[in-house]
Amino acid sequence: MEMGKANLDEFAETLLALAQADRHILAVTSDSRGSGKLTAFGEALPDQIVEVGIAEQNLIGIAAGLASAGKKVFAVSPACFLTARSLEQIKNDVAYSDQRVKVIGISAGVSYGALGSTHHSLHDYAVLRAINNIDIVAPADNFETREVIRAALNHPRPLYIRFGKRAMPHLHPPGTTFEIGKAITLKTGTDVTFIAIGEPVAQAVLAAEKLAAEGISAGVISLHTLKPFDADALLHAAATSRAIITVEEHSVYGGLGERCASILLEKRIMLPFKIVGFPDEYTVTGSQMEIFAHYGLAPEGLAATARTLLHAEVTG
Amino acid sequence: MDERELKQKSIQYRRTVLEIIKHANAGHTGGSLSCVDILNVLYNHVLNVTPANFHDPDHDRYVQSKGHSVEALYTVLADKGFYPRSELDTLERYGSHFIGHPTRKIPGVEQNTGALGHGLSVAVGMAIAAKKDRRAFRVFTLLGDGELAEGSSWEALMTAAHYQLDNLTIIVDRNEYQITGRTEDVNGLEPLAAKFSAFGCAVTECDGNDINALVGVFDSLPFVAGQPNLILAHTVKGKGISFMEAGSKWHHRVPTDSEFAAALAELAQAEVNA
Ligand SMILES: Cc1ncc(C[n+]2csc(CCOP(=O)(O)OP(=O)(O)O)c2C)c(N)n1
Ligand SMILES: [Mg+2]
Repeated sequence: MEMGKANLDEFAETLLALAQADRHILAVTSDSRGSGKLTAFGEALPDQIVEVGIAEQNLIGIAAGLASAGKKVFAVSPACFLTARSLEQIKNDVAYSDQRVKVIGISAGVSYGALGSTHHSLHDYAVLRAINNIDIVAPADNFETREVIRAALNHPRPLYIRFGKRAMPHLHPPGTTFEIGKAITLKTGTDVTFIAIGEPVAQAVLAAEKLAAEGISAGVISLHTLKPFDADALLHAAATSRAIITVEEHSVYGGLGERCASILLEKRIMLPFKIVGFPDEYTVTGSQMEIFAHYGLAPEGLAATARTLLHAEVTG
Repeated sequence: MDERELKQKSIQYRRTVLEIIKHANAGHTGGSLSCVDILNVLYNHVLNVTPANFHDPDHDRYVQSKGHSVEALYTVLADKGFYPRSELDTLERYGSHFIGHPTRKIPGVEQNTGALGHGLSVAVGMAIAAKKDRRAFRVFTLLGDGELAEGSSWEALMTAAHYQLDNLTIIVDRNEYQITGRTEDVNGLEPLAAKFSAFGCAVTECDGNDINALVGVFDSLPFVAGQPNLILAHTVKGKGISFMEAGSKWHHRVPTDSEFAAALAELAQAEVNA
């Protein structure tokens, strides 16, 4: 796969280009301009950045106020702080009050690696899923990032977008279309389908390649939008492959995997199924990739999970 | 420990801070260097904390609210004998307990921090508990100046004043910089001393990189009976290495090989001069 840049960089460049054409687009930051790669934005468009200091609750409340006054607001700060500390502001000032803020969670999941749990967001899908009137997107690569930031501008509801800071490979062929709420099938597979969200999608693609070399047909779906959920994509995968593995940079509680499981069970669809994510324990210390490998989100671990699942199905 | 010895300790601590940041290839250099003299005086002159009494209910408490300056804390705790210095070579390594922010998995660490704006509330809780149980232990917490934008700190200050927590000492590492730049350009704090006074604290200002000044201030605790103590410690971000005394630039920069060598040379020279 050809390498691109970090989704964070893609976000910052896309936002700058959009904002240059529309003075109502604002970035709101909480000493997070550097971490959000928005230093260039601040230099080019000083009137379109609002800095609130290290105060994430204040950040979201101010973003809601700006949005209510007609601004197109991107509130940018690490995902860990936005979706924990500012959760009540997101729930009440943004979602409940229907202020169409774009909440941008940077360096999401375990992007901050060895900085530890204070800096990880492995709970954000779960808490935001349970809040009415906010959509949730985690783009997998530069293309999805660019497209979701553009789509965010006219999105009819509050929106949470989260991504990481590591360079990502390009996953999509030219001509792919992107729509919030519509999963993208990267590859079909008759034995197993990986349904993944965010940066783990690239890991799933590599796992599928490994499995293909062993004669196992593995598909990959980039399910970039957790809410609203593309149930049809899941049901299609369940109908066309023998097993499903969900992959997310999030707790195994309350995220993509449990969403898929509930849909399948309610439809009475039984098939080999595994949720790959973070177990309920103190997260191991390490870089993002070391942590991925530790919990089976790296290609080798994902391929091993597929083999185990398919083997169990054969042997019953 | 006399003041000469304390000064030597600060030099040694700065060396260790830089060594472990260099080894881990990560860390918060500027903020660790600005607060290391404060931690030195706290752990070697003020706090009754040792590995032997750490689980004794009467030991003094220290909560490092500006958790990102963890390298300074881990360095001092190693020197106090909580664990061997060599364990710091695992900082931020795969599988290590030495996470890049304070964690109670490490002996000597009182509270997990890293998200700013939490430590003061926790310290207030500890100080209220001491009052309720009529225990003599004191509570100390260190905050960054940029950190003060978190509203929770001011909520905690109101509670501290309300409960007349003169057993609580809040130290603000006033190095005047955060990540984006000067605090006064990002989200102005001044007049800071007046704000703390208005919130009911007994405020003392000092040079937070001057050992003698720090010893004098800590020796005069409590400042006023019935009021939380607030030390506004004026410091320099990156203090002690000439080219790191450069505002936000070294907030989380790791020295290159030649910068590292130059920094160690400056510390060696400082040792000779001291
Ligand atoms: C709640 C929260 N928001 C943001 C951060 C990211 N962050 C880490 S250090 C820092 C700047 C801190 O500045 P200051 O308090 O002045 O510390 P110092 O200058 O002593 O390093 C920021 C924004 C964080 N750790 N926690
Ligand atoms: Mg500061």
